[in-house]
Amino acid sequence: MTTSLGRSLRYAESEVIAYRRTWRGTVITSFVNPVFFLAAMGAFLGTLVDEGTGRTLSIPYITFVASGLMAANAMQNGAGDGSFPVMAGIIWRKNFHGTITTPLGPADIVWGRLIWGVGRLVFVLLVFAVIAVRFGALEIGPALTAIPPAVLTGIAFTTAITAWTLTQKDGRSLSTLFRFLIVPMFLFSGTFFPISQLPGWLEPVAYVTPLFHGVELVRKFALPGVDESIITSIPTWVHFGYLLVMAAVGVYLSIRLLDKRIKP
Amino acid sequence: MTESLVQARGLTKRFGDFTAVDAIDFDISKGEAFGFLGPNGAGKTSTMKMITTVSPITEGKLTVFGIDPNVDGRSIRQRIGVVPQEDNLDLELTVAENLYIYGRYHDMRKSEIIPRIDELLDFAQLTERKDSEVEPLSGGMKRRLTIARALINSPDLIILDEPTTGLDPQARHLLWDRLYRLKRDGATLIITTHYMDEAEQLCDRLVVMDQGKVAAEGSPRQLIQRYAPREVVELRFHDGQMDAAALEIGGLAQRSEVLADRVLLYTEDADDTQQRLHSRGINPEQVLVRRSTLEDVFLRLTGRGLID
Repeated sequence: MTTSLGRSLRYAESEVIAYRRTWRGTVITSFVNPVFFLAAMGAFLGTLVDEGTGRTLSIPYITFVASGLMAANAMQNGAGDGSFPVMAGIIWRKNFHGTITTPLGPADIVWGRLIWGVGRLVFVLLVFAVIAVRFGALEIGPALTAIPPAVLTGIAFTTAITAWTLTQKDGRSLSTLFRFLIVPMFLFSGTFFPISQLPGWLEPVAYVTPLFHGVELVRKFALPGVDESIITSIPTWVHFGYLLVMAAVGVYLSIRLLDKRIKP
Repeated sequence: MTESLVQARGLTKRFGDFTAVDAIDFDISKGEAFGFLGPNGAGKTSTMKMITTVSPITEGKLTVFGIDPNVDGRSIRQRIGVVPQEDNLDLELTVAENLYIYGRYHDMRKSEIIPRIDELLDFAQLTERKDSEVEPLSGGMKRRLTIARALINSPDLIILDEPTTGLDPQARHLLWDRLYRLKRDGATLIITTHYMDEAEQLCDRLVVMDQGKVAAEGSPRQLIQRYAPREVVELRFHDGQMDAAALEIGGLAQRSEVLADRVLLYTEDADDTQQRLHSRGINPEQVLVRRSTLEDVFLRLTGRGLID
């Protein structure tokens, strides 16, 4: 099996072996934090929202938040996967430099990480979905239906941020990315409130962010029939196309940039 | 007639305006231990990276197993083992897992890899550490693991870039011993080093590189014979007396070299040179007579010390 797919699978396999040893270190960010948000915002704050001055949402607030968190959680994990491990591979630990002295090449690393990224996202989101069902936030059907669009959201972030990381000199800029892009997106791209709540001038900004499209896609998939208090009237294919193009451009650039970076 | 595994003609690597490797030629035969000796920045690593197909060739011709790296690097990499200058082991994995994943990268079946791991750990004297993580291993152990990892695919050609740099003497000797074994078993080795003793111990043939060029080529003995007379008389002087002495040594030996801390006299007959030294009334603080080494060759070729 020396096809491109075969080689990518070989690389993904090494990531699985590594994950068996490192998953404990990711428990807080991947599993615990999203549940904290679901509890604090969805359950506790949600009680106030639902009982507050006239319900403006047509579904329970916790359902709104849980569906949004599927995408936001995928973004967090995807962004994490595209940044620190990539910097480690090219600079901190230089594993990628070793890998390309075997029959594997830069493209195999990028595709292998993508395959692995999908697997990890499915796993992380499945755990969150089960917890969301236990919370009574989502029905089992919608919870599972939310996984594929959320995975696409996560992968779009992984690949785009991988490409960006490959242009960075060292790891210092990585935390800046999280502070000034990922966290604001997490808060203002529709996870916790419909973006129609934003001031008029800020709304278009939210439309441009990838997380908005991820959140919308998840809700349109998982919560069919919800009204325009929950979702916008933007067609589904726009969200889908946005994320797909982002992922494709991310993969294309990642392969080119990784090649340039580690095969000078 | 030996088969040429690696052949370079006019091989050149440029990074922008900087020429790292400047039109070098060399041939490496099957079963030979071939060295690239030179100071840091001489172009050794750039040459290794072109041979291992991880750096594109700027100009000239290079073939490995008769294959052009620009055309089919993967087929080359399938048959080589690479020990990079800096260890790039996967610190999150165990010792055995580091070997396992490289076996998989080489498209080996699990049933092939498992016995191979035990063999290699035995070879690298790491059997006891099979299931421990890599992080706490000593520098020497990590180096041996990196070498074991490079052997997982039973390569036809093993490329080691400064294999013992940064190791303590004990770890170095253990590593040399392992490399000897590989050599004895018929492996073809390419070794870069800036240690003279390493090149003399391990290499059948070597090139001396300086500023991207090949300054000389031959076996360690040939190079010493060609570029350095048989013996070296090393003179050390009391403070302040060296400059005066340096003026009087003319004609004492075939060649002389005034270094910062000592004067070297290259000669075929050290006894004769010493006698003439005395008769001229030169009284150094210390006199040491030794055989010529590669370092003398290097000084001759480049006019400066090796370790910079």
